[in-house]
Amino acid sequence: MRFGVVVFPGSNCDIDCYHAAKAILGQPTDYVWHETSDLSSYDCIVLPGGFSYGDYLRPGAIARFAPAMQAVAEAAGRGQLVLGICNGFQILLEAGLLPGAMRRNDHLQFRCETRHLRLENNTTPFTHLGERGQILRLPIAHADGNYYIDELGLAELKRNNQIVLRYCDAEGQPTASANPNGALENIAGIVNRRGNVFGLMPHPERALEKITGGTDGQLVWTSILKWWEGNHA
Amino acid sequence: MLKHYLEPQDRHSAQQMGLKELEWELVLEKLGRTPNLTELGMFAVMWSEHCSYKHSKLALRQFPTTGPRVLVGPGENAGVIDIGDGQAVVFKIESHNHPSAIEPYQGAATGVGGIVRDVFAMGARPIALLNSLRFGELDSAHQRHLFSGVVSGISGYGNCLGIPTVGGEVYFNQSYTGNCLVNAMCVGTISQDKLARGKAAGLGNRVLLIGALTGRDGIHGATFASEELSESSSTKRPMVQVGDPFMEKLLIEACLELVDRRVIVGMQDLGAAGLTSASSEMAARAGTGVEIDVARVPRREQNMSPYEVMLSESQERMLLVVEPERVREVLEICTRWGLAATDIGLVTDTGAVRVFDGDEIVAEVPAQALASAAPVYNPTLQVPWWQSEAQHLDLDALPLPQDLNQVLLVLLSSPTIASKEWVYRQYDHQVRGDTVVLPGSDAAVLRIKGTSKGLAISVDCNSRYVYLDPFRGGAIAVAEAARNVAVSGAEPLAVTNCLNFGNPEKPEIFYQFHQAIAGMAEACRALETPVTGGNVSLYNETNGKAIYPTPTVGMVGLLRDVNKRVTLSFKQIGDVILQLGTTMEELGGSEYLKVIHQRECGMPPGLDLKRERALQQLLVAAAQAQLLSSAHDCSEGGLAVALCESAFPLGFGADVTLENVNQIRLDALLFGESQSRVVATTAPSSFAALQDLCEQHNVPCREIGRVSRDTVVVRVGSTTVIDLPTQDLARAWKGAIPCLMSQ
Amino acid sequence: MYKAKIWVTLRQGILDPAGQAVQKGLHSQGFVGVRDVRMGKFMELVLDVTSEREAAGLVRETCERLLVNPVMEDYTFTLEAHV
Repeated sequence: MRFGVVVFPGSNCDIDCYHAAKAILGQPTDYVWHETSDLSSYDCIVLPGGFSYGDYLRPGAIARFAPAMQAVAEAAGRGQLVLGICNGFQILLEAGLLPGAMRRNDHLQFRCETRHLRLENNTTPFTHLGERGQILRLPIAHADGNYYIDELGLAELKRNNQIVLRYCDAEGQPTASANPNGALENIAGIVNRRGNVFGLMPHPERALEKITGGTDGQLVWTSILKWWEGNHA
Repeated sequence: MLKHYLEPQDRHSAQQMGLKELEWELVLEKLGRTPNLTELGMFAVMWSEHCSYKHSKLALRQFPTTGPRVLVGPGENAGVIDIGDGQAVVFKIESHNHPSAIEPYQGAATGVGGIVRDVFAMGARPIALLNSLRFGELDSAHQRHLFSGVVSGISGYGNCLGIPTVGGEVYFNQSYTGNCLVNAMCVGTISQDKLARGKAAGLGNRVLLIGALTGRDGIHGATFASEELSESSSTKRPMVQVGDPFMEKLLIEACLELVDRRVIVGMQDLGAAGLTSASSEMAARAGTGVEIDVARVPRREQNMSPYEVMLSESQERMLLVVEPERVREVLEICTRWGLAATDIGLVTDTGAVRVFDGDEIVAEVPAQALASAAPVYNPTLQVPWWQSEAQHLDLDALPLPQDLNQVLLVLLSSPTIASKEWVYRQYDHQVRGDTVVLPGSDAAVLRIKGTSKGLAISVDCNSRYVYLDPFRGGAIAVAEAARNVAVSGAEPLAVTNCLNFGNPEKPEIFYQFHQAIAGMAEACRALETPVTGGNVSLYNETNGKAIYPTPTVGMVGLLRDVNKRVTLSFKQIGDVILQLGTTMEELGGSEYLKVIHQRECGMPPGLDLKRERALQQLLVAAAQAQLLSSAHDCSEGGLAVALCESAFPLGFGADVTLENVNQIRLDALLFGESQSRVVATTAPSSFAALQDLCEQHNVPCREIGRVSRDTVVVRVGSTTVIDLPTQDLARAWKGAIPCLMSQ
Repeated sequence: MYKAKIWVTLRQGILDPAGQAVQKGLHSQGFVGVRDVRMGKFMELVLDVTSEREAAGLVRETCERLLVNPVMEDYTFTLEAHV
């Protein structure tokens, strides 16, 4: 399975995602420059976290116009997997590949800490190894993770089972105090209707090894690999 | 006539730029003629304290700066130490105090930017940031504004760069009310064969300026940093510079690519004194000269004079020296990263920094004269008149509090001791995926990918100790920084320091400065941790009142096997709790004395460097042998607070009985800050082996209790003096700063 | 040439934490009469076009394409001749 990690000016979790795919999953992985306009050779395209273009204007607002994003849209249309983490999620929203928008955290501060998340949908290529209702511990690190979507959009997300992760407490309840940023209905990650584009604010690439604080992020990465292997057996 | 002979300046304008009479005379002598405005401006910034260390140089010579691991010592952009296998660690700490006092967000942000540039200017990949912050007490709205502004500035800038902010310290004390301190430390790693130098070598090589456009930012910022703050300082706001972390991120990537492809001869960041300092220092180090055409410098503002271009401190710029045939390659790489790169001049053999404005020469000054000919002062020093009075503490007159539970709760909620989670959760401390021990520990620990090695890093200074006894306080700052590294299981290797003091032209302040360095130097020698560089920040005074002398120590240590790191957290119910080291009846300068008795006096705790060294060697050996479950330095708040801090992370308790063999006061026993002590735990099965090891190292080791479920109980003999649920203690400790900041 | 002044705000009804924080700050300073604060962005664009109609069209295009996120933001603008 081949991974491509897109590098925008200002990306900074690119090396972590590269490490995840290459060293932890042991799959061939490339850094892909944002000016690349053909991503057809990658089975999974990762839009990493960071501050693309300084997050000036709005996070993701400028990155969505990079040639690579046109290629990402085409890849998504062909059914290739697209994983957007943190800033990558914000870019997917700005690009319209996922519905909704990201606002500043309600407390206005950057927040870096490990949070509980409840797996709401285990039928996606990114989460199929998990169980519905499973509680994960994943690090978050963002200032703009306050997910917003209008009522109609929310209803549609629910109808199509597009909500994948919610912030929750240790018991799995999506309470207000378990919400680190004010996100609507504690939403932390969603997929598109087709299920091949996944955006999430937490960093699964930061939770792969015990030495750096946990292994719950393996669920996402291993699911991707197994899903692909299942389809290419 | 050449333009640089025009507008000759006089001693009056020299004085206005901050040069003293004698310095003006020296300028005339070095130049052999009268300087024009640009030239005088160049001298004024380069001979400011900030750039020339003219008041501090002699005192700084006390530091040991060599050792088997030191690859680059003081004088370069950052220090470099050998960590084996052809790898090196590059690190430095620097202050941005004055700008932060005026505009906390931008001051702190650009402080981070500056120190990061110092590290990647050496060719190293920055892998970690730490900071040491000092504010007045948080009951003041203005101090809260400064505190939150500085933290968001560090967060806003550092997070964007993708460099984890992994540790630091924050103290609150009245003495910083008018002069907050913002010291930022950056650590990078590099393969030794790729080390870059700030040298303008090679006749005919081109000089390139890359990065941000040049504006009228911070003209004479270096001079500003060398003046006391006054009421009018906050109206000097136009001098505040705005940081652009995105530009810096691009600079990092472009510069490291340049280093990786070996296309540059020399590199230096433009910090204080801008182009003037970068060009003259690079030429002086190489023994060459440099020609610069200011007309070619890309500008952000119109009608800038050569003076302004040469002195601008616009952020996010680097100066490169490149062989002519490789200029195109450099331009290509910069363009790919979206960076402007401009050929602004060349290396000559004249030994001079010659500045053109188009065809006209507008300044011509010997590089050595700017970079290293500033006068060196040997200021007079005098023991402050109040020193012995401040050292006086009559313990017999000090009442012993009845309710020690209450004392412990109050201490835990003192902002200096309380949890700093409110701070570090605003910093991305995990990006790059190598942070193994997160903030809130004695030292941050990072793994070095692809090896079994780890780095342990700490920053420390208890400035109250330094105020009460500069020599001892200076020594303790080094000892504690090293101890924090050693409790993590790492061998302390080397030091960078940031010396924050008042006005050195006052004999009492210079006494503090000189003595603190003497104390630090002694500790550095005893612990074999040489100083590889740092920064001096003087004139930290407001309306004549100086801060507590604050020589912040940044310490880097090496873990041979990062899997053998030790953390402060209790791990297992039933583990044996040990006290390593000895508690004496020492309350002078303690946080307890300040918080409970509202007094900041007495002699700071004693420090025996032989014992300290033995303790640290024991800690490293015990970690290697994997005999420790946890280890935590006893510092502010003493033994009782250390026990709590070890209990908090996993919510355990401690069941402790102290013998009080020396019959010392209960408050000293529990809250005193005797040095060279560590609270450690070990599995019962490892206890005997650990005891043997302690004996071998001649370190006092006493079993004081066991890790328990959820309550902290301390008995002295048969009397219970502390008995509180861990949860209640943790609530006081965790809630203190968020509560104050939500006012 | 025209100068466009563009105001971008969060759409009515969308929580504006920055605005709320400022309102709280104003209240604590005694400005209790301040009912609501909405924060936003202000941008000035100098447009190399010859007619106001063209200018307005260009502003709308830039806003809708990049400057504004229609999912959560609204904008208004004014135009003036620029020399």
